Amino acid sequence: MKLAVWTYEGPPHVGAMRVATGMTGLHYVLHAPQGDTYADLLFTMIERRDRRPPVTYTTFQARDLGADTADLFRRACEDAVARFRPEAIIVGASCTAELIQDDPGGMAETMDLGGIPVIPLELPSYQRRENFGADETFYQIVRRLAAPMDRTARPTCNILGPTGLGFRHRDDVAEITGLLADMGIEVNVTAPMGSSPADIARLGAAHFNVLLYPETAEAAARWCEKNLGQPFTGTVPLGVGATRDFVNEVRALVPEAQRPSEAGLRLPWYASSVDSTYLTGKRVFLFGDATHVIAAARVARDEMGFEVCGMGCYNRELARPLRAAAKEYGLTPLVTDDYLEVERAIEALAPEMILGTQMERHIGKRLGIPCAVISAPVHVQDFPARYSPVMGFEGANVLFDTWVHPLVMGLEEHLLHMFREDFEFHDAAGPSHHGGKAVAQPEEAAPRATAPAGTDVVTWLAEAERELKKIPFFVRGKARRNTETFAAERGVREISVDTLYEAKAHYAR
Amino acid sequence: MTALPPPPATGCGAAPVLKQRGQREVFCGLTGIMWLHRKMQDAFFLVVGSRTCAHLLQSAAGVMIFAEPRFATAILEETDLAGLADAQDELDREVARLLERRPDIRQLFLVGSCPSEVIKLDLSRAAERLSQAHAPHVRVLNYSGSGIETTFTEGEDACLAAMVPVLAETDADDLLLVGALPDVVEDQMLGLLRAMGIENVRCLPARRADDMPALGPNTRVALVQPFLGETLGALTRRGARHIAAPLPLGEEGTTAWLAAIAREMGVDAETFARVTDAPRARARKAIAAAAATLEGKRVFFFPDSQLEIPLARFLTRECGMEAIEVGAPFIHRDIVGPDLDLLPAGPTISEGQDVDLQLDRARAARPDLTICGLGLANPLEAEGLATKWAIELVFTPIHFYEQAGDLAALFARPLRRRAALRLEAAE
Ligand code: SF4
Repeated sequence: MKLAVWTYEGPPHVGAMRVATGMTGLHYVLHAPQGDTYADLLFTMIERRDRRPPVTYTTFQARDLGADTADLFRRACEDAVARFRPEAIIVGASCTAELIQDDPGGMAETMDLGGIPVIPLELPSYQRRENFGADETFYQIVRRLAAPMDRTARPTCNILGPTGLGFRHRDDVAEITGLLADMGIEVNVTAPMGSSPADIARLGAAHFNVLLYPETAEAAARWCEKNLGQPFTGTVPLGVGATRDFVNEVRALVPEAQRPSEAGLRLPWYASSVDSTYLTGKRVFLFGDATHVIAAARVARDEMGFEVCGMGCYNRELARPLRAAAKEYGLTPLVTDDYLEVERAIEALAPEMILGTQMERHIGKRLGIPCAVISAPVHVQDFPARYSPVMGFEGANVLFDTWVHPLVMGLEEHLLHMFREDFEFHDAAGPSHHGGKAVAQPEEAAPRATAPAGTDVVTWLAEAERELKKIPFFVRGKARRNTETFAAERGVREISVDTLYEAKAHYAR
Repeated sequence: MTALPPPPATGCGAAPVLKQRGQREVFCGLTGIMWLHRKMQDAFFLVVGSRTCAHLLQSAAGVMIFAEPRFATAILEETDLAGLADAQDELDREVARLLERRPDIRQLFLVGSCPSEVIKLDLSRAAERLSQAHAPHVRVLNYSGSGIETTFTEGEDACLAAMVPVLAETDADDLLLVGALPDVVEDQMLGLLRAMGIENVRCLPARRADDMPALGPNTRVALVQPFLGETLGALTRRGARHIAAPLPLGEEGTTAWLAAIAREMGVDAETFARVTDAPRARARKAIAAAAATLEGKRVFFFPDSQLEIPLARFLTRECGMEAIEVGAPFIHRDIVGPDLDLLPAGPTISEGQDVDLQLDRARAARPDLTICGLGLANPLEAEGLATKWAIELVFTPIHFYEQAGDLAALFARPLRRRAALRLEAAE
């Protein structure tokens, strides 16, 4: 038993729904109680889908238990097939149905459903979570429907991984499809999102696979590698460097592929322009799914000039690559799905910025730390009306904009320094490009570094405290922490104005 | 004041009820925790369930305002499913940890879910044991919010019913108002009753554990929500008497509800008029503003909160709408009988659901406004039907005079919005 307040991932059957909802011509018959139908609203409200997810729930009740839940399931299957006329169905159980052991998969396979493929899903609800559910479901569908076949004459690939409710999947697919087209490579099938069972059947015609989202398609990509002889790309093209690496990877697979145009790429110049100087060394904490965190960390350090001070992911399945990546930054990653643990880590590290999920956005709000969202779980805000990929070259531009947005602009920061005594620039003023009143981190909530063990707690003399207050709020936390560390290291117990400036000189870069 | 139409000669009280069995597109009772935890300010709701239950709560909450809200899910894992003795021990441990961290908690509800019911995890035993362990500071109760037993608002019913046995006994001649209302609305309600000279009034649920009402043979009960059948049963078993009335929604409903109580408590007509005349007139005026948009329009209710019948009564009689179908997840005739009698004959009254068949009916009828859950709203909008999310009716203050205009406006807004948007190219 584990106490959960907010969760990063839903149950595995929600992952299966993400696959089914992304596809056409596929229907999911889910043995589940009525309350589980809440999952429909994730798609219709958060993603604003204009159609109900293709899911039929049996909605068995207490009075059905032990009597005819199996019958209910059979009827639901027949009705769904008759009404929706799918090309194939997936069937499975939610957490409750798993306990009553009706074996929906076995039942459906013995039914006469007009000869359409029936794909049973075994998703252990009490062990695994949403991403696993999506990955496993897509794998089962591919395994069942795809087969080796002749390759297309021209070089083609499949894009694997996008699903319903994915973070920017809609636009990433468009961006990468365009990038590949620019290289002279056509996309054979994009799946699961945008594909039908008939499309899955022709996966084998492509020369290789682009694994865009390892979280939801790695098992399928590996199966295709083994059974269809298709290699798959390992680089997720998120950020300038990663996109170039991806291009190289593709060119190694398809020697005749062209170099794509970088004409629209602006991140490198924007990051080099003088207004961005202030971004240098900003300490950022990253949290999300492992894939987005690994890629975003590289962008943060190498393309924005930030310092990565902490990183972590909630999906244990990909903890290993995350650990390997974190080594690069000299960090031990936080692998947890406990929101409170993430909050404690952020509080202790006191970063200047968070690159996280919607959960971390809330943590940031509470702690007064700016946050940009880089990963699922998604929120209605993560489905903007405008084109807004995070992958490919346009994606890199989007990253620059969205990561800089929560911060105070460079020139503005400079002015804040110059006029910090003026009333317009008082602490609560906040960045001018955020409407309303952006409220600064209250002094009391400022995360304080605790003195290393063995030393006494350092105290601030009143005058030093006053001086500290003159420092703009967005760098004050850092100044406080640095000064305390500086003092503690030297055994100084009382911080005076001099200590403050000595520390400042010490840490000056 | 313009008069409302007289009560219909044939209301829907005797109308046949359409009952179909198929997929039900409704929330489970866990969802009630969303408003119950805000109402009971020192209560914590611990769901004993699965990741699905936790995900439902999170999705229903929509926003995460608090780092640690006063609800959580104890997620059952493989090990708990293997041996039941373990699960009880684990529960003890989690609860002890929780109460240590949250000394502000005075009432703890262990909320059963589908998984906990299916594995027959005995939460009443756990509640008893934990109550003893943490008395007197914390009282531990249990109820089921599972989807195999409860639909949406039935979770509140189960919660309140679980509280009835532990309420103190009294002989006092008093009035007990049952059903969670936002504090501001509750205060308005108490103000109206006080102005009529009715003083001995208590509410269930109370805002804090120490204010829980007592109960006895001289207690009269009025319900402010239609879905409290179990609770009403538990209260009457303890000797309380039910004052049947239409629900206090809209001007007519509020007046009828207050009048039933006034009669029972011996309030004279003059006092009643003095207290209600001004707010009645205000309510009628406020409704009229929105009713202009609603007049003559056709409405279709998908089942959601059991508020459908009283709301259909309000929309047809006070806003001039025509009801095509009024679907409710369950119909408690003892409670909504008076509302059904006022609802003019004509609409299909349905109980339970086969969502696909009901969608077929809605598509065929093409109502001007469809009241439905969040899973259906955008898909129906995409088919050209204007919708109103039913869940907003549960989270927004809608009861009593001062909210009557807001209630009408909630239904008018989708129609006004459609009229306001001009997205077509100019001719
Ligand atoms: S229907 Fe049952 S399993 Fe699903 S969320 Fe509700 S209580 Fe949990």
